[in-house]
Parts: sequence; structure tokens; C-alpha cells
Amino acid sequence: MTRGLVLAAAIGVLSGCASTADRDPRDPFEPLNRGIYRFNDKVDTAIARPVANAYQKVVPAEVRGRVRNFFGNIGDFFIGVNNFLQGKFEDGVSDWARFAFNTTIGLFGIHDVATDMGYEKHNEDFGQTFGRWGAPSGPYLILPILGSSTVRDGIGTGIDLYVDPLTEVRPYHLQYGLAGLRLTQTRADLLDASRILEEAALDRYVFQRDAYLQRRRSLIYDGQAPREKEPEDDTDKDKKPR
Amino acid sequence: MTLTKIRSLASTALAAAALVAAAPVPAQDVAPDQLVKTVTLEVVDLIAKDKEIRSGNRAKLVQLIDAKVLPHFNFHAMTALALGQSWNKANPEQKKRLTEEFRTLLVRTYASALAAFSEQKFDFRPLRAKPSDTDVTVQVRVLQPGAQPVPIDYSMEKTATGWKVYDVMVGGVSLVANYRTEFNNVVRESGIDGLVKNLSTKNRALEGAGLEKK
Repeated sequence: MTRGLVLAAAIGVLSGCASTADRDPRDPFEPLNRGIYRFNDKVDTAIARPVANAYQKVVPAEVRGRVRNFFGNIGDFFIGVNNFLQGKFEDGVSDWARFAFNTTIGLFGIHDVATDMGYEKHNEDFGQTFGRWGAPSGPYLILPILGSSTVRDGIGTGIDLYVDPLTEVRPYHLQYGLAGLRLTQTRADLLDASRILEEAALDRYVFQRDAYLQRRRSLIYDGQAPREKEPEDDTDKDKKPR
Repeated sequence: MTLTKIRSLASTALAAAALVAAAPVPAQDVAPDQLVKTVTLEVVDLIAKDKEIRSGNRAKLVQLIDAKVLPHFNFHAMTALALGQSWNKANPEQKKRLTEEFRTLLVRTYASALAAFSEQKFDFRPLRAKPSDTDVTVQVRVLQPGAQPVPIDYSMEKTATGWKVYDVMVGGVSLVANYRTEFNNVVRESGIDGLVKNLSTKNRALEGAGLEKK
């Protein structure tokens, strides 16, 4: 409740810069979001990108691949859970098979043997599960540090993080070290994409927002989203997948 | 499909590409999925062989894309789709300039994307369309180790001069749709001429940045 009030107040303060009439209906909090976007951008320029760049230069691609596999394997368990929650039992079984094979034969996940065995990696999270269940995305949000999201996906991310196996790791300095490594790996994997975004966009904020919303819609439908002819009325088309 | 199979497929396709290049097959007779496959593999192969491009010569990469890929794109249709309703408000001269500038921007974006993907393996999906169809989606997946494959969907339309791409979807994100909000925002604020100017400024800035890096 208090948070809602703070949010409303912040919007009131920040909304001076753009007239309400021009605002995208999917993004009612644009002025606030843009503020957080600028903050995230500063953090990225000052810390995340340089670290990711250095990581990519110093650590051989082979090792980076192992790191990616290791964290990917930890993720597969809850990707499976989400597939079960969405009623996609075959995919869920496949994800758990991946987890089982990669954790054992793949030496704690550093080798992705399951892909070669024919178990393809999936992309699922709680935000997608809620979307699948029919929850509308709600307004677009930029979360501090985490970036693009929506109300629905933000709640999903909260649960993703709450059940994240990394939070069980003790001692704490090991947990923080692993979390830092995972963030660095993730940012390094996005270096190409962020450079392309910078080149392609007239207004990076708008371009990234639209790409995020399109991408999430596609993920909820597992890549089979019906084509949108009219962009004007796409706000909550993802109510009934399939 | 195993990677070895894809690799052998890739070499078969390369051989086919060589044949296509050698034999005077009219472009309109090439099936859309075959076209995407041969062009993709040819370009990726040329990038792999070219030391200058691999060491970051963007101008040369853009040149390669210009010569090999662009003839198969319908930029007029792409620009019209990206502008949506604003397209009808533009006069012929503005349409021409918009198409030129958008083309330049897309080539750079496409070159960057291709350079990022050039070391990955491709999985060309069989075309699901009837022979009589004139509007199809050709699906390619970029296979990356340890991550979900990235789907690339080419929306293609049959024309008198062969199949032409009018939209590219990467990971479910349509390039044309993604520019629509941006373009309409600029048009609303500063009109069609404002958009032409905006695009042209962006393109010149990118050219400048590209030269500095060399």
C-alpha cells in the first residue's frame, strides 16, 4: 500500500516531462521507468559492462561455456517445475532429465551432455507461467538493476529469486561469489545484443521496451504467438495462449 | 538433429549454393527456404574466410551484406510496414528517402547480428507451406551451446523477381513492429521530415563511430 503511494507520488513528480496524451497505454509509468532506466544505464556503464568485457577478454571461451552450463543446469530444475505448472508434462520431464544427466554425467552441470542426447534446453519462468494461466502483463516496469519487466513478470521474478537454489548456498561469501559470477556471465552473454540495440535504436528506451514486450509474448506462446496485424490493440492479447 | 548431421547438411547446402551460383537458375524459381539457407550459409562462410571482417572491418562486412543479402529484401515494404499509418502521409520523395535511410540502418543492425552469430550452427527448419502460397515464414534456428536456440523467422513474399523478405523476427521480436512505435513517436513530434532527419543523423553517427574504431 505504502509502496503504491510512493510510486504514485514519484510518478506525479516525474510526469512533468511528457504530456499524458502521448503516452503508450502499455507504459503508464514511463517517466518513472525512464528515470530508473537512466540509473541502470549508469550502473551498467560504470560497473557491469566493464566487468563483463574484462571477463570475456580474460576468461577463455571454453571456461565461459562451462560456467554458462553450470548455472544453466541449476536453472533447468525450476524450468521443469514451470513446465509442469503450465501442463507441458513432456517438456517438464525433458527438463528434469536434462538436470539429472547434466548433474551426474555432466559433472555438476559443467558439461551439457543432455543437449547431445536430444533434450533441448527450454526457457521458462514464473512470469511466463502466470501468462500461460491467463494473467495479463500489466503495465511495463523497469526494475532497478534487473531492467525490463512488467507487473506480472516482476512478481514472477520475485518468485524465481525466492526459490533460486543459490540462496541456499552457505557460507555467504560463496553464495555472493557465485551470484556475482552468474551476473557477470549473463551480462557477458548480452554484450553483443546490447551493442546491436545501441546501433539499431533511435530511442533505446522505446526500442528495448517494445522488444521486451514482444519477446515475452513470444515466450509465453513458446514461439508460436499468433501474428499481430494491428499494434494498437496488443495490450493484453496474451490472455488465451493457443 | 545432431550437430554432425547439421554440419553435413551445411556442407551439402554449401555445395548446392555453389551449384546455384554456377548454374543460371532464375531467382524466382528458388524456393524461399532454399534461398534463405543458401544465402545464410554463403554469407557465414564468406565471413569465416575473411580475416579482415573477422578482425572487425565493419565497412567490408556491410559491403558483403549489401551485395549478397540485400537483393533478397523488400525494403519498400519493410519501411511501409514500420511506418504503419504514417506511410500514407508521406509524399513520394519522403518515401524514397525514408526507405534509403531505413535500409542503411537495417543493414548495419543485420551485419552486427550476423557477425555475432557467425560462429554458431544453424538449423534450417522444413518449410510448412503449400506450393501455391505466396506469403510464407521461413524458420531458422541458431544453436548455441548451453542456451535455448534462437529462432529467426523470415517473413517472405513471392514477387516477380523471386521471394523477398519483408520482416525478420529474432527470438519472437519482429524488427518491423519494433520500429513502429519509435517511428510514430518521431513522426508525431516532428513530422515525416523529422523522421528522415533523425534516421539520417543516426546513420551518419554510426558511420563516424565505425571509422573511429579502425
